[in-house]
Amino acid sequence: MTKPLASRGFSLGRLAIYGTLLLACAVYLIPLIVMLLTSFKSPEDIRTGNLLSWPEVITGIGWIKAWDTVGGYFWNSVKITVPAVVVSTLLGALNGYVLSMWRFRGSQLFFGLLLFGCFLPFQTVLLPASFTLGKLGLASTTTGLVLVHIVYGLAFTTLFFRNYYTSVPDALVRAARLDGAGFFTIFGRILLPMSVPIIMVCLIWQFTQIWNDFLFGVVFASGDAQPITVALNNLVNTSTGVKEYNVDMAAAMIAGLPTLLVYVMAGKYFLRGLTAGAVKG
Amino acid sequence: MATLELRNVNKTYGSGLPDTLKNIELKIDSGEFLILVGPSGCGKSTLMNCIAGLEQISGGAILVDDADISGMSPKDRDIAMVFQSYALYPTMNVRENIAFGLKIRKMPAAAIEEEVARVSRLLQIEHLLNRKPGQLSGGQQQRVAMGRALARRPKIYLFDEPLSNLDAKLRVEMRTEIKLMHQRLKTTTVYVTHDQIEAMTLGDKVAVMKDGLIQQFGTPQQIYNDPANLFVASFIGSPPMNFIPLRLQRKDSRLLALLDSGQARCELPMGIDDAGLEEREVILGIRPEQVCLAPEQPNGLPSIRAEVQVIEPTGPDTLVFVNLNGSKVCCRLAPDCPVQVGDNLNLQFDPARVLLFDAVSGERLGVVGNPQAHAPKDNVAQFKGR
Amino acid sequence: MSTVAAFNKASPLDALQRWLPKLVLAPSMLIVLVGFYGYIFWTFLLSFTNSSFMPSYKWVGLAQYAKLLENDRWWVASKNLMVFGGLFISISLVVGVLLAVLLDQRIRREGFIRTIYLYPMALSMIVTGTAWKWLLNPGLGLDKLLRDWGWEGFRLDWLVDPDRVVYCLVIAAVWQASGFVMALFLAGLRGVDPSIIRAAQVDGASLPSIYLRIVLPSLRPVFFSALMILAHIAIKSFDLVAAMTAGGPGYASDLPAMFMYAFTFSRGQMGMGSASAILMLGAILSILVPYLYSELRNKRHD
Repeated sequence: MTKPLASRGFSLGRLAIYGTLLLACAVYLIPLIVMLLTSFKSPEDIRTGNLLSWPEVITGIGWIKAWDTVGGYFWNSVKITVPAVVVSTLLGALNGYVLSMWRFRGSQLFFGLLLFGCFLPFQTVLLPASFTLGKLGLASTTTGLVLVHIVYGLAFTTLFFRNYYTSVPDALVRAARLDGAGFFTIFGRILLPMSVPIIMVCLIWQFTQIWNDFLFGVVFASGDAQPITVALNNLVNTSTGVKEYNVDMAAAMIAGLPTLLVYVMAGKYFLRGLTAGAVKG
Repeated sequence: MATLELRNVNKTYGSGLPDTLKNIELKIDSGEFLILVGPSGCGKSTLMNCIAGLEQISGGAILVDDADISGMSPKDRDIAMVFQSYALYPTMNVRENIAFGLKIRKMPAAAIEEEVARVSRLLQIEHLLNRKPGQLSGGQQQRVAMGRALARRPKIYLFDEPLSNLDAKLRVEMRTEIKLMHQRLKTTTVYVTHDQIEAMTLGDKVAVMKDGLIQQFGTPQQIYNDPANLFVASFIGSPPMNFIPLRLQRKDSRLLALLDSGQARCELPMGIDDAGLEEREVILGIRPEQVCLAPEQPNGLPSIRAEVQVIEPTGPDTLVFVNLNGSKVCCRLAPDCPVQVGDNLNLQFDPARVLLFDAVSGERLGVVGNPQAHAPKDNVAQFKGR
Repeated sequence: MSTVAAFNKASPLDALQRWLPKLVLAPSMLIVLVGFYGYIFWTFLLSFTNSSFMPSYKWVGLAQYAKLLENDRWWVASKNLMVFGGLFISISLVVGVLLAVLLDQRIRREGFIRTIYLYPMALSMIVTGTAWKWLLNPGLGLDKLLRDWGWEGFRLDWLVDPDRVVYCLVIAAVWQASGFVMALFLAGLRGVDPSIIRAAQVDGASLPSIYLRIVLPSLRPVFFSALMILAHIAIKSFDLVAAMTAGGPGYASDLPAMFMYAFTFSRGQMGMGSASAILMLGAILSILVPYLYSELRNKRHD
């Protein structure tokens, strides 16, 4: 689809299209701009100015206070996200490899059962999962959250790799078997090296999912083990004391920056993950 | 180099499902080139995977040099395979592709180097060694895939439709090259194809398969001249054999086939006399090159006048289509043959070369004449009347 | 059978190789069976018990479901889900399709514009909720901005208005997800065979009518997958409510996901919380099953 709606060149129709698109850009950008502006204002400034007014004095006090409050939780999120992303991606890759190249009786059924996990409303597993974590002595720990994220991320990571490997000709595996390579040799020497794109997709998907998670964080972690989303929510919805909107906005920016950076740097893979999950999931 | 024998091999994917392979019996000598040919879904690729060990057989035995290998894993069978899609490892360059199997087998680095050099010289791919498969043309990938198989110096080579992804011109070139390679190396080879020209040109032995059964196993000449049934007769040969359904009649104690072109009739005497064939529905089969123009001087063979419906000049031949007994019959005539659509031609064929098949079962009926007694080439030349 | 004899000949290492795929998959199979289906069943069991602060296994039949259906807060949450889901899905679809079609007109800097439309999807709902809570702040947010800009009579206090607070959720959710719908449809539009459009142009159709009559109807599958994902987001929505309104004022902006959390973990009503979780599962299944059914049927037709 490349033919323009209106005839090419300068015309009213064309102007209207660009106008609408730019207006939409503004709508999508304003919340981010407002957050940034507010985070650099003083509380006084916030009361006297408005959302889009330029700060009278640009001050970093909001950011400093925000980091003092949520900085520790930021590192919690890092501690949760990194191992959970790595392990769930690796497991997904192995599962996808078996489900596409080493099918056996019942493996398709298992894949079907696993796929349902993409749609599972987590509310239906929260209680049993919290009992289990309690039994394992992992309640309210970051380790417990890592475990939960691995388990419930498995459906998507497996789906990514399985669909990717289905498009790889299985003659490759047969050739390697005749060359004398075994299960793990084939995986490590032949399939993994050609999986870079899907590994990127999977890593980014899992990173945004786990970093942005709130439900598991609020249910399974308390106190010092909370991820940043929970800490941010506590900060914003606290009803004691004077509201410091500059601190709120700076904290929200801190919570949002890692995923935003990943998006800006690897948007291509981010979109592929979203659509892969959408079309097949 | 090794002999290969399949004894009563069966393959099924589960009770209730039809068998994929049924009682396959084959034996080829050391250094022979075996072709498995048949339409898609006939089981030929499954059979090849079973020989390679990529699939387990459900019954029977596979013997290499008289030793049963049917329970061994693929890596222990000492068999190399060239795949239709080439299956080159995309992240490795050509050198690494060829060396991979040797590295896995823990061959010393110096020996690997030597082997890669030998193979790449043999296949003239020395200048490609540092390229990745994605940077190679189809023909080059084909060579690398063969090189990977050659480097292993296996007992048996398997080729799974290796030429079907190439364009027509390259396919002919590579076909000759494979034949040359085999003549030079004399390695036992099994080659799967659905292309009957490859089957005829490359094979020492050909096994024609359909529905998991071997329909006929023999030399290309036997398969071509003496097909065991209607399926083999129709599958091998291009343009395909003509088939004319009719009923045999008896006249003066001889069996006759009555041909009718709409304007003339002809009684074709059958060389056999089998009372069981009288009044039987049969299919008469005759290859296009065995239909020729009758010479000016009568030669004692029966002939029939027929109107030309369509002419297809192919270059080396001119294919002329006429109607006999309501069936379209293709005649392969010399390219300089001055025919026009609507012309009436006086056509002739040797009753001794005509094949008869049962109309119901498709089985070959009685051996009419003795095809093997004729040297096929002389016969064709004579009958083309060139 | 000779193959049986042959298996015996295989070395232990070969036997291990044969079992490796199953061994590798085994942990995941266990996780799925226990962590997915076992846990769902467990929750299902709990919904038939009188569990309160602690799980108990005293069977009370459907009492928790009955209690749930009598609970006014559950009905508010369900009604909110209908309103929120309906508006969120339809507005996101309209905005997403419109932007996709406009972006498909050989726009300069298209990649850049696309990046802007899609970035909210990378943010946590908590961040989105925090931002919009501030934007919609009565007195200091857009409310004040528009008055400062000269619209004297402008009032925007939906966030504290029990009748309108749901619309605040809709605004924030649409802001976050409509770019994603745009991306899905843009990918779909790029996949439409250009010769169809040329054929329609030769037939004399105008471009808007080509889009409405030919191109968009051919994107039915994209439409359904977008619908599925949006419905899924709506039903699971929890973080957005938590961050923006915490269900308030009162429980005017409650959604089932919020209800489930509140009753299970804060109010010590595990039985009823489980019952609400099971009803949420039912809601998702009632969308998922027909969708999968039609997908599979279409596949068989292909």
